[in-house]
Amino acid sequence: MTITLKDLSRRQERFVGGHRLCSGCGAAIAARQLMLAVEGPVVVCNATSCLEVSTVNYPYTSWKVSWYHNAFENTAAVASGVEATFKALRRTGKIKKDYRFIAIGGDGGTYDIGLQAMSGMFERRHRVLYVCYDNNAYMNTGIQRSGATPQYAWTTTSESGLVGRGKVQTRKDIAMIAVAHGVPYVATAAVGSGNFWRDYIGKVRRALDVDGPSFIVVLAPCWRGWRYDQSMTLEIGRLAVDTCAWPLYEVVGGDWQVTYTPRQKKPIREYLATQGRFSHVLVPGNERLVEQIQAEVDGNWSRIQALTSMGAANRA
Amino acid sequence: MRINRIANPAVLPTVEEIPLGGILGDGGNSVDYLTGMWRAQRPVFYRGRCTDCLLCWVACPDAAIALVSSEVQGVDKEHCKGCGICARVCPLEPKAIEMHEGGVYG
Amino acid sequence: MRLSSIRGLTGDGAAAEAMRQIDPDLVAAYPITPQTEIVERFAQFAADGRVHTEFVTVESEHSALSACCGGAAAGGRVMTCTASQGLALMHEILYIAAANRLPIVMTTVNRTLSAPININADHSDTMGSRDCGWIQLYCLDAQEVYDLTIQAVRISEDLDVMLPVMVAMDGFLVSHDMERVELMDDGDVKAFVGTHEPTITLLDDDNPISIGAFVGPEYFFEHKIAQVRSLEASLHVIESVGAKFGERTGRFYGTMETYFLDDADVAFVALGSAAGNVRVAVDEMRAKGIKSGLLRIRSYRPFPMEQIKQALRNAKSVAVLDRAVSPGAPGAPLFSDVCTTLFGLENGPRLISVVYGLGGRDITPEMLLPVGDRLMDLANGKSTPMRQYLGLRE
Repeated sequence: MTITLKDLSRRQERFVGGHRLCSGCGAAIAARQLMLAVEGPVVVCNATSCLEVSTVNYPYTSWKVSWYHNAFENTAAVASGVEATFKALRRTGKIKKDYRFIAIGGDGGTYDIGLQAMSGMFERRHRVLYVCYDNNAYMNTGIQRSGATPQYAWTTTSESGLVGRGKVQTRKDIAMIAVAHGVPYVATAAVGSGNFWRDYIGKVRRALDVDGPSFIVVLAPCWRGWRYDQSMTLEIGRLAVDTCAWPLYEVVGGDWQVTYTPRQKKPIREYLATQGRFSHVLVPGNERLVEQIQAEVDGNWSRIQALTSMGAANRA
Repeated sequence: MRINRIANPAVLPTVEEIPLGGILGDGGNSVDYLTGMWRAQRPVFYRGRCTDCLLCWVACPDAAIALVSSEVQGVDKEHCKGCGICARVCPLEPKAIEMHEGGVYG
Repeated sequence: MRLSSIRGLTGDGAAAEAMRQIDPDLVAAYPITPQTEIVERFAQFAADGRVHTEFVTVESEHSALSACCGGAAAGGRVMTCTASQGLALMHEILYIAAANRLPIVMTTVNRTLSAPININADHSDTMGSRDCGWIQLYCLDAQEVYDLTIQAVRISEDLDVMLPVMVAMDGFLVSHDMERVELMDDGDVKAFVGTHEPTITLLDDDNPISIGAFVGPEYFFEHKIAQVRSLEASLHVIESVGAKFGERTGRFYGTMETYFLDDADVAFVALGSAAGNVRVAVDEMRAKGIKSGLLRIRSYRPFPMEQIKQALRNAKSVAVLDRAVSPGAPGAPLFSDVCTTLFGLENGPRLISVVYGLGGRDITPEMLLPVGDRLMDLANGKSTPMRQYLGLRE
């Protein structure tokens, strides 16, 4: 059944305004659309992050669901405890309703410092949806590089200068890490224009239906850290997908499926040109860097297409 | 415009008045915190042009597009931060939301 | 008083048995010597269906306490156990659990903190966490482990407390030594701890709560002092639960225990199992005509200042035994706390610090007799060094 905006608009907003996230923040959109997607009782465990610190600032909270922030690297562990206790309390009849559990963290709290806890949660098969909103750096502490920062992107700890050219390494593939854990539902999503809201919300709902762990990483553009005009957040997200820098796919029971294929795959230069964090890459003489980034994007896209056809063959 | 609670020292709680563990029970009360003064530009809504596609509504980071029965009424001036995403995402020509310079209305 | 059974149990075994009878909603734990037996025994209980507990074998101690925080916040009764490096690893979460006012009971098997790596008993691990806001109860033996674990559930969940509790026992000396332990019936334990009626629960979507807000300078101070005062006020709950436990079992508890202290000229203050050795030394000194006594503190945090002042005020000299050091500090932890407690007391006792047993170094009554002599010197106005490392080869 197709999700319509009209249906969504009838739902109660459980992520409300008055939070302190920047104007035009991709993470705010990701969190809001997440809460529009979730139906029924839910508990959200939130890592220390832009989202956490800006949405629950004593004495205010933007969450109309139960929400728990404990620390930075342990969101998945906290959520594991909530979910396990829920199961115990259901068994003894103390809790009657059926709750869903979401652990949400930024790329910092997921790819890097939070990786262990998430790995453990996946391995123990807790029924928790882990949402990583990926803004490509430790934004909360002021735009420092993370394992999710794309190669050659500027951050305050991967500066471009006389010797440095931005982040040296390519980024981790967190969705692959989740797939490698055998997580039954893994998906990538993006805050972007067009129908990306439907792609994302649909994935959240499918993830929550799984009786086991699930993982979604949603690209959440950050204009402060990426250096673009604040009104362009959705367009930047769309461009990331249209250049195949951020492919949209889901992996269901190990079977890969691309959920959006760009009508025309755009050259990566178009994406890089929109953001100040890549301005040093586009300087004449650095064409080799663009080629490297393009090669990485192309290689990744081919790999995903190959995995997708493998999935189709399995299903046939 | 209402004054934000924090700015008013008369309501800062004593040790005895802090709730257990600082736990907040008033879910969604951030709507009492006004972020409208953050604006450097403001969205102007043209009801006559709008088709209620709701793309601006789902894209707003601050849930500041006000609806009644799924129809757009306008912008929540107390919370809109003036990012301009709504204006960019509006698919119409001319757009039903336009960004104007300056954060203050009228 | 109901008939209870008597079994031979190690400290770890006693802890596991208490946990089984309490039957919490969640146990999230990670093994570390010398706590492993608790986790293993509990795993067997779970496998045999003797508990309804969700037993979550987490991937680190940091995640163990994090999961327990999640479980307690969800309104469940949660328990865990750790030692040494594990306690150190969960250090940041200890502060959070206390400030979030979550009732959690954690058995901590005292083992020294690395480096050097050593698996034997000293109090460096729990002393390293003495400021985290938890209630810290130190056990003499396996019986106390069993009894205090059961009491801890009731203490932590008390509405006047709402704080997590650490129940500490000496590694190997208590955790792995087989002792005679009197047990309560399953039904008695359940009646004593009662059903958990959570004040805090995330699992109530009609009344959503947000836990863990960002708190600015204009609010933080009040948050923290409210928490500190609750810890201080929990002294009376520790006393009252200890008294109620005594009514049920005949074994009475409280924040401390005294041994021949009323008329003592010289006294020892100790935490944990070494107090057993001190008792023997006190007996020998008394046999020789020295009026010696022992103050064993159970509740290290909150520190029962008034009671200690009353207990020690008439002694002429006191040796405070510490099984941990505080490098660079004016004194070892317990010594510093006793000094602060007696500060300003007119005609109070003279105090010396005795650090012993680091890394599981043995302590015997024979080693304590010369300390008794020094205390007599002190009581008679002679001077003696204020600090001593008992058993150190110098």
